[in-house]
Amino acid sequence: MLEKWIERVLFVSMLFCALCITAVFGFLVYFSCPLLSNARGLAGIFSSVWKPFIGEFGILPMLAGTFSLAFLALVLACPLAIGITCFIQGLAPARPANAVRSLVYFMTSIPTVIYGFVAVFVLVPIIRDTFNRGAGFCLMTSAITLSMLIIPTMVITLEADMRQRAEEVRLGARSLGLTPAQELLWILLPCSGRGIVVAMVLGFGRAVGDTLVALMVAGNAPVIPQSLLDSIRTLTAHIALVVATDSQDQAYYSIFAAGLLLFLIMALLTVLIRTIGGRFGQREKRHERAS
Amino acid sequence: MTFFSWLAAGIVMTAVFILIGYLLIKGLPIMSPALFFGDTPWRAAVMGIEPVFDGIYPAVAGTFILIACSSFIAIPVGVFCGIYLAEYARGPLKNIFSFMVDLLSGMPSIVMGLFGFALILLMRRTLYAQANTSILLSSACIALLILPYLIRMTQVALESLPESTRLLGPSLGYTRWQNIWHVLLPASSTATFSGIILSIGRAAEDTAVIMLTGVVANAGIPRALSDKFEALPFSIFYLTAEHRDELELQRAFGSALVLLTLTATLFLISYCIQRRFKRRWELGE
Repeated sequence: MLEKWIERVLFVSMLFCALCITAVFGFLVYFSCPLLSNARGLAGIFSSVWKPFIGEFGILPMLAGTFSLAFLALVLACPLAIGITCFIQGLAPARPANAVRSLVYFMTSIPTVIYGFVAVFVLVPIIRDTFNRGAGFCLMTSAITLSMLIIPTMVITLEADMRQRAEEVRLGARSLGLTPAQELLWILLPCSGRGIVVAMVLGFGRAVGDTLVALMVAGNAPVIPQSLLDSIRTLTAHIALVVATDSQDQAYYSIFAAGLLLFLIMALLTVLIRTIGGRFGQREKRHERAS
Repeated sequence: MTFFSWLAAGIVMTAVFILIGYLLIKGLPIMSPALFFGDTPWRAAVMGIEPVFDGIYPAVAGTFILIACSSFIAIPVGVFCGIYLAEYARGPLKNIFSFMVDLLSGMPSIVMGLFGFALILLMRRTLYAQANTSILLSSACIALLILPYLIRMTQVALESLPESTRLLGPSLGYTRWQNIWHVLLPASSTATFSGIILSIGRAAEDTAVIMLTGVVANAGIPRALSDKFEALPFSIFYLTAEHRDELELQRAFGSALVLLTLTATLFLISYCIQRRFKRRWELGE
């Protein structure tokens, strides 16, 4: 009797959780419906002009901003993350490796707003003085800051993947007489391509979803970026800015469209990770059965 | 490659040390009761008798209230879901639910905030015209944000128990729930606990959600759950963009240092617990 009830309570809380995520999706669809259901609204949303005072509510510049920023941050973060993972996994002596590992874990606990805060006072003046153009609040500054934010995510994912792989190949590598560094460079790294892809997708997702860094250091100009020193506005920052300032109805609907777009991007990335991970898991199982 | 990996580690470590060092250099000299309470006597401020105008105390208090409320909502639900996913869910249902959890954990925090905002808009149109953003709404949205972490942490903690522990209960004639309650949960409690602390850290740091759901720059300490409130991350953001004089800028540095200390402390606690947990299993095997 008790058993049954406990199982029911647990199931209901799970159902509640599933309901929440469905509700998030439903609300976004419901509120962006007035704009998305007719052709004029749709064309208005996907135009490249954001001038709410003359009735132009295009969010394409923000979409371009989000993708260029996330992509650039990923380009900066990826080599660093791979380098650090190798450092932790065997290229460095145990003591520095452990210190760096702890530091990377610690980086996950630094609030996003603090990354943005320090970037405003340290990085922005440097960029401004070096390139001598604009205010320093630009695509490049925010990409550098954002890469700091996504490095720990990528390193932790990649390291977990590599460590698991390392256990499988250790015996073989040792019997070939490889040193740990050689094992890492010639065996582990070449066969962890999938892990690198998963880490990149996760890092990209974090970069797309982040609000504060973009809001604080990217400059927030709603134009399609042409150069690294241009000021950009991301979808996330756009939502925050519109809620804070505008009160026109149409502007409100456009942020729900932006939210829906973010939801769909993240859902796509989640599916991507699950497919890669799932296929990976199956191969693993087959491997087990064979041995 | 070896050189490159040293270089990569060096770059990132330098960046983190610059970040922490900069905050310490700028923040430590201004750490004083005046930073927290302004001109108000601290006893009166803490008791809530006199309002604080020139200090960060309302923001600190707001953050703590926010953490408390959102944990109160999220922890039971999160732990229940985690137990369900680890021990009860089977087959396609498990796949669907775990996909939902993944989806939830991938959601950008601003989307959660937008959800709360939409909830208020909907309530204004239908049931309750005076509905407004408040600390209760913020807590609910933050709870939704940290829920997936809690679920995953609980689930992984349960699933990573060794097979011998798992079979202990049934061998003694325990039922499924008795086994979970008397054997599996106690054995995995430290890992679950460290997961809870990590989620609290996330609740403390998030800014995007509360920006859309009721945080304001000047509210004092909330008297009721339907009040607006101040919070540390938001005041850092706000003061960075809008500081009028040197004093307000100093307050921003003070807030940043306090917030970093808070999240770093939570992180250290969770880290120590995790290490001890790991060592215990390694010794046990």
